Amino acid sequence: MSIAKIGPHDLGGDDAGKVSPLSRDLQWWEKRIDALYRLLADDRRMILKVDELRAAIEALGDDVYARHDYYERWTLALRNLLVAKQVLDEAEIETRIAALKQNR
Amino acid sequence: MTMAPKFKQGDPVQVCERDVTYHRRTPSYVQGRRGHIERFCGAFANPELLAQGRDGLPLINLYRVRFEQAELWTTAEVDADDDSVDVEIYEHWLRQCDEPF
Repeated sequence: MSIAKIGPHDLGGDDAGKVSPLSRDLQWWEKRIDALYRLLADDRRMILKVDELRAAIEALGDDVYARHDYYERWTLALRNLLVAKQVLDEAEIETRIAALKQNR
Repeated sequence: MTMAPKFKQGDPVQVCERDVTYHRRTPSYVQGRRGHIERFCGAFANPELLAQGRDGLPLINLYRVRFEQAELWTTAEVDADDDSVDVEIYEHWLRQCDEPF
């Protein structure tokens, strides 16, 4: 392979091992993350595009990518994108997380 | 406004090799490899620009390119001479092959 892989998503030609397809129902938060993305990308808001989400997922880095599953990657990438686009800031997100944890 | 397709069905093509780090839909395992145009798919917004939050214009022609397995893989487990892989590739990643293969 003369061209280096550009990220952890660029898998063609790797040893795959045994492939186990997803065989569980989606969890509530996974559906919410999917819905959140669709709302951010819809014709009315147009805050981001699917290509930007893909690029943000690919930019998570090998280690983060490997340690998280599909919708966890979406979540991390959406967070990074929304901060980059100044829709939310880190402090706002952390404050909200802390509040939600307290009410649990 | 779209450009007329540069390639037609059956044309031999080679995928450009570009060591770039931006988002692109051309996987590294096909770069530098030769195949042929299986079909023209239409013109679409450029995903490399869309990924940067831009409008992706002008539209770029997209093709389905067919590669023989042996062109892509050198590993011993590839033994299917008659098997192939189709990958959809944008026109700006393709160049005409000078000689048939």
